[in-house]
Amino acid sequence: MDKQELMQRLKDEIIKQLKLEGTKPESIGDHDPLFVEGLGLDSIDALELIVLLQQEYKIKLNNAEQGQEVFRSVSTMADFILEHQAKQV
Amino acid sequence: MSQKVYIAGVGIISAIGNNVGENLASLKDTKAGMQNMERLQSVHKDKLPVAEVSLSNEDLCSELKLPNHISRSALLSTVAAKEAISNSGINIHKWRTGFISATSVGGMDKTEDFFTEFMADHPNGDLKNVVNHECGAVTEITADHLGIRDFVTTVSTACSSSANSIFLAARLIRQGFLDVVVAGGTDSLTKFTLNGFNTLMILDSQYCQPFDENRRGLNLGEGAGYLVLVSEKVAEGMNQKPEIALSGWCNANDAHHQTASSPDGTGNFLAMKGALKKAGLKPADIDYINLHGTGTNNNDIAEGTAIKNLFEGNYPPVSSTKSFTGHTLGASGAIEAVYSVLAIREGLIFPNLRFETQMKEIPFAPVTELQHKTLKNVMSNSFGFGGNCSSLIFSKVIG
Amino acid sequence: MSPEDQLNITKSVIIRNNSIYVDGNIIYEYFKNDNFLNDSYESLDNNYPKFYKMDVLGKLGMLATHLLLKDSDIENHLPSDVGIVLSNSNSSLDADIRYFDSVKSFPSPALFVYTLPNIVTGEISIRYKLKGENAFFISQQFDADWLHFYISHLFQNNKINACIGGWIESINSDHDVCLFLTERKESKNGINFTAENLNNINSLGDDVSNILP
Repeated sequence: MDKQELMQRLKDEIIKQLKLEGTKPESIGDHDPLFVEGLGLDSIDALELIVLLQQEYKIKLNNAEQGQEVFRSVSTMADFILEHQAKQV
Repeated sequence: MSQKVYIAGVGIISAIGNNVGENLASLKDTKAGMQNMERLQSVHKDKLPVAEVSLSNEDLCSELKLPNHISRSALLSTVAAKEAISNSGINIHKWRTGFISATSVGGMDKTEDFFTEFMADHPNGDLKNVVNHECGAVTEITADHLGIRDFVTTVSTACSSSANSIFLAARLIRQGFLDVVVAGGTDSLTKFTLNGFNTLMILDSQYCQPFDENRRGLNLGEGAGYLVLVSEKVAEGMNQKPEIALSGWCNANDAHHQTASSPDGTGNFLAMKGALKKAGLKPADIDYINLHGTGTNNNDIAEGTAIKNLFEGNYPPVSSTKSFTGHTLGASGAIEAVYSVLAIREGLIFPNLRFETQMKEIPFAPVTELQHKTLKNVMSNSFGFGGNCSSLIFSKVIG
Repeated sequence: MSPEDQLNITKSVIIRNNSIYVDGNIIYEYFKNDNFLNDSYESLDNNYPKFYKMDVLGKLGMLATHLLLKDSDIENHLPSDVGIVLSNSNSSLDADIRYFDSVKSFPSPALFVYTLPNIVTGEISIRYKLKGENAFFISQQFDADWLHFYISHLFQNNKINACIGGWIESINSDHDVCLFLTERKESKNGINFTAENLNNINSLGDDVSNILP
């Protein structure tokens, strides 16, 4: 999967996982900040994103601090996943 | 209306002791209660240390002569409440007596036993294990055992629950509804809470380090604590009039997040400030704060910042005894209230174990060694999920 | 208490038996379905995206409090002068079960945070910026005498000037809510804050379970 496709898929998954009712995937910019401004996500949402990574991509984050870098935007999430998948091959 | 409410007796069971004497000895000897899980069965057995009460359910049942389907929360509650009553020396049946207990897990431990059997084979679940699931049932079991009937209720406001049950007792006494109230709380360790806190990523895989710059989270614990609160009239009639009173209390909502504290600890600040106002004290009058101090990044910075803002340079000695007992959730407010009363009675400030590095955001550090000091006013903080923040003040009463 | 301190029930909201009542009048009826909470919320107030993330108690609390505080002047009080005193008999059992179900695939932190009954008081506090005293009691049924005693006490000790009180319960998609707003001001319905009146308010809807097919 290329990054563009992955980001599309992530936007759908984020909306579903975080119950962002009323948010359209196309309204989330690739580089928009996910937390505080942007989608206004909070610490519990960050934990749910960790669950998402583990369930859908089999990637385990061990602490919430690591999430701060990874979950900056949909783009940084996609980079992290691709990097992880590259290592696996 | 403004009559005092005295502390006539205390009772406690925790990972550092099965009664008041053992708890006090462990606090003095800096003997912490966390270790690898022994009783609780969990996939996290070797990864997450907890602070378990050493007595098994069988030990507790035979000591109390209660049937073995009774929830551990109820057993712990009954042991500690009985000790509090006997410690007070009061004949509770002579007075209008109430029992106010707090819990957050209720009879969940037995429900988990039921589920394992039931899911494996439906006809196998023992329904006796689920009838005491709800929080109120746990309170009723203890109240029945103690023979308290005049007033019984259950408070469930997460980790501040039992601080709230203590000041509710004071209110009922001051309003003239009751003469004596046994108030506190209980919680046993369960897979439900362990897994839940683990999903929140706030459990420490090492022994917790509250108020340390490099803190990693909390260790769960279990236990129960109760105070016997009495009216002026009851206090007057005792062989020795109690020396310690509950002088201040306040509850406020942080209104920030379901589980996280606001960065400035707004709710913590309001609760401490309100308790001081109720007690008619200034910040400088507080001789020791028994912190909520869970060891999570979020709690300690919020609580520390609120203390910094409220005490403005008059920082009293502070410590978190959760470094001994772990976080006992709904029981923690009462267990720490018992420690606060012991601190005044014994003239001791208990250490905050395993403290190494000063937090950079706050200008004070916790006490690291046992201190002998005359204490007049001690504050005990309890802050819970749902933004529920409570602060209690215990005072030595002169004359 | 002096006459000007007379406490009144200035509004009440009942959600039960397929209906929502405000001050005794039906304002919303629904066929029993899983989407009732989202549907009714969207038709009454849809300005709070966090609603969708909440458990059932939280959603019921949001809905009922929205109707209770609508057109009120609650914002004229200091945040710390508004209390919340709620009760139910099943604590957070509904959320506990949902969380327990999630554990089978992957334990959900977002479901776990609702496994305490007082999270709903936190959600109401956050939404309406209220910082006053909160309490949550577990009792077998709606205990008008106790709620009346406790709330009166908070007013008498000058701790609060308004209070959201009542009963909020949910189990297996059955909802039972009776919230009331108590204030130190004239009630346009002229209902004094007494245990008897609380019982009268709470009796509404008990006998209408067959209104809808």
